[in-house]
Amino acid sequence: MTTTIAPPTTTEANPGYKWVGTRPVRHDGLDKVTGRARFGADLTLPGMLIGAVLRSPHAHARILSIDTSPAKAIDGVKAVVTGADFPMLESEAGEGGEGEVDFRDLCHNIMARDKVLYEGHALAAVAATSRRAALAALAAIKVDYEVLPHVIDVEDAMMPDAPVLHEDMITAGMDPAPETPSNVAARYLHERGDAEQAFAGADVIVEREFTTKPVHQGYIEPHAVVADVAEDGRAMVWCSSQGHFMVRTYTAKLLGWEPSRIKVIPAEIGGGFGGKTTVYIEPVATLLSQKAGRPVKVVMTRDEVFRATGPTSGSKIRFKVGARRDGTIVAASGWLAYQAGAFKGSPVELGVMCMLAPYNVPNFHLEGFDVVNNMPKVAAYRAPGAPMAAFASETVLDEVARALDMDPLEFRMANAAEEGVKAVYGPRFRRIGYRETVEAIRDHPHYSEPLGSNQGRGVASGFWFNFGSVSSATVHINEDGGASVMTGSPDIGGSRASMALMAAEELGIDVYRITPIVADTESIGFTDMTGGSRVTHATGMAVIEACRTVVADLRARAAKIWDVDVDDVEWVEGRAQHVEGNHPPLTTEDLAETSARTGGPITASASLNARGAGVAFSTQVCDVEVDPETGAVEILRYTTAQDAGRAIHPSYVEGQMQGGVAQGIGWALNEEYLFDRQGVMENPGFLDYRIPVASDLPMIDTVIVEVPNPGHPYGVRGVGEVGIVPPMAAVANAIHDATGLRLEELPMSPVRVLAAISANGG
Amino acid sequence: MSSTPVTATINEDQVEFLCQSDQTLLEALRDVVGLTGVKEGCATGDCGACSVILDGRLTCSCLVLAPEAAGATIFTVEGMAGPDGLHPLQQSFLEGAALQCGVCTPGFLVAAKSLLDRRADPSESEVRYAIAGNLCRCTGYDKIVRSILTAAEDMKKAAEEKEKV
Repeated sequence: MTTTIAPPTTTEANPGYKWVGTRPVRHDGLDKVTGRARFGADLTLPGMLIGAVLRSPHAHARILSIDTSPAKAIDGVKAVVTGADFPMLESEAGEGGEGEVDFRDLCHNIMARDKVLYEGHALAAVAATSRRAALAALAAIKVDYEVLPHVIDVEDAMMPDAPVLHEDMITAGMDPAPETPSNVAARYLHERGDAEQAFAGADVIVEREFTTKPVHQGYIEPHAVVADVAEDGRAMVWCSSQGHFMVRTYTAKLLGWEPSRIKVIPAEIGGGFGGKTTVYIEPVATLLSQKAGRPVKVVMTRDEVFRATGPTSGSKIRFKVGARRDGTIVAASGWLAYQAGAFKGSPVELGVMCMLAPYNVPNFHLEGFDVVNNMPKVAAYRAPGAPMAAFASETVLDEVARALDMDPLEFRMANAAEEGVKAVYGPRFRRIGYRETVEAIRDHPHYSEPLGSNQGRGVASGFWFNFGSVSSATVHINEDGGASVMTGSPDIGGSRASMALMAAEELGIDVYRITPIVADTESIGFTDMTGGSRVTHATGMAVIEACRTVVADLRARAAKIWDVDVDDVEWVEGRAQHVEGNHPPLTTEDLAETSARTGGPITASASLNARGAGVAFSTQVCDVEVDPETGAVEILRYTTAQDAGRAIHPSYVEGQMQGGVAQGIGWALNEEYLFDRQGVMENPGFLDYRIPVASDLPMIDTVIVEVPNPGHPYGVRGVGEVGIVPPMAAVANAIHDATGLRLEELPMSPVRVLAAISANGG
Repeated sequence: MSSTPVTATINEDQVEFLCQSDQTLLEALRDVVGLTGVKEGCATGDCGACSVILDGRLTCSCLVLAPEAAGATIFTVEGMAGPDGLHPLQQSFLEGAALQCGVCTPGFLVAAKSLLDRRADPSESEVRYAIAGNLCRCTGYDKIVRSILTAAEDMKKAAEEKEKV
């Protein structure tokens, strides 16, 4: 097998950069270890009211009437809104976080109209002088409901006799189009070759059916907003989100306003993982503030976060793979149905596109169904759609490898996609690092460590696209020669440090002389959300471009001072140098000091639509111990290898890798939405929706693989998402190695593991 | 509803504030006293973002009523750095990249300080159990645990140096 890919190296060992690949203390760190940093709920304004939201106790009901007059009569209540206060929007697709958004659906999601579609669906909101008064007002609102049958399970929702959520929903992607409405919003088909025929030539065929449950992003900071609409109708919105320009666009769209009326100031964001790529309370608080003529703060409770935001889809997946005795995959087929929640838009197509992407598969037939049901509308969650699909595909591939008596990593290597291979989702891969991630795990000491009794080892791989999209940056050279670097990308986990490192590299000045700033919607050009693992790539490119313009300007200033041609001026380590050395060098500080005489302040902006996002792969190995008495699974050891392209700040690359794995382990072992028979969520709190705690996990070893992305000046690939794709299958494969049992349902909680052991006569 | 006056020692300052009988200490600290470094993640004692040290015990301030704090000694993240600079835990969290979004960080620092106040030389396992009441969704805990162990070592060394002098 030939490959032109350079061997992976660590950045520390990679010469050529002074700042890129180093690990400075992040610029916003001090504020975050001292309690200074201000998050969404930390702003208080004079005269500020407290808002609260009334939510449906029913999973599906018609709203016969809402009487808000008793609420308005309560002392201290200054404003009440219901769905009737929002404009009726036509169905209109807009750019979403990691998929499309329909503004009509979004508007109906943040405030129900004629029907409530899930328990927790908002249907009225109040603003009052105290939280106590606001809660009393909510209790006083009279709502008459006609309770309707509901449906939550994805296959139940697809049945012909299922209660239909939307009378106008006709399945898209079917030919001919169905004549009757259903809960199936769309069908997606991706196929190549002739899978059916190719299966006939397979020596080994494995087929299984998998079930996964909805899980929440679980960010620790609940959604929070302060809105202040002034007398002239202009609004200030302070909130934590993954994109303040998104908040501006969406809020304006949902209120029927012009976006320019709204200024969104980004608070620090306390986690998002995709869950803060949309709006819930921001337009509501803005409308309440307009009505009351005072600032309004709305902060969700944790219970509201679970019942009305996120989660990602639960799914049903059937997956089949055929391979020849030599280990070559000849065909694959899959049937995937994902819960969308109350409105269309599950990430099922992304799941379909990702599930075979690490491999070179000549024949496949993959069919995905987007299915609405009576639970909160799903939101993006770290590599949306890919993890549950990979749970299915990577489990089946493990079984195929074992049936062929092949090492599971060797089997993956034998089928690995590489440069020039036509990806399952369409385009041909450019330079990619999948194979290198497999090699990194194969060569890691972890992979050959002996195991004890009841212990097992599993591996799995994952793929995520990574996004580009629009970003803006502005660089100012300060009068002391330091620089401010402004972007429009909320910093969710160290991106200020990455921006500063790239600026330091370009400008040739110390990283601590750079002040990275996340600027509000009136202070920087439009910037798409912090999502799709795009910030270091796309916003980084804007920073690099702005810095290069600044450097060109700095050289021109030096040329002017020296009265030489600008081509005779080089920029070396933060200084202008004359090529023939006829003049003593000028530092950034020298040039800043004299800038008034050479043309004024030195500043540059760049706005771009970043192309060339580099795809990401991860391969992971996990050791577990299964307690045969209780079914409890302990994670003994975990190692993850991921292609970062180029790690700008390796510590935060590792952090993304470790965080993704930890979320994946939670998804694998503990986390699920539980609904009672009425469709009411039974575990809307961190006690019963149990995310991993420190004592549940071992250290998570990381191997940063660097196969540079040819589409970025430093080779950056996104690193935020792919780490969550392999863990569920890695854990399931490890459990199989320990017990001989194939678990097909998540989470693999003690109850399910014990049931599987018992069913096997254990 | 009438308000209750409360006097407490918060971060070594004598503080008087008015609170309502059904208000939690978390709400009083954030909304009345103005210490917004104390975070609300769940208000049910499950996430530890609101951790404070109350009369020497690590406590979720969301589970204490504000009037109960009368006469108490309370330590929050805002009391951690002094005129001499950052606490070694804060320094090691920064250098060890132990935070990503940073919203859980104040609670972790307070919980870690509470541990190191009791036990200067904890094992990895002791650290993991000592912070098991604090949720972090970003880091997978790896760098948090390492940073606490590093801080413990740094503090031990500093104490030994001091003894030598």
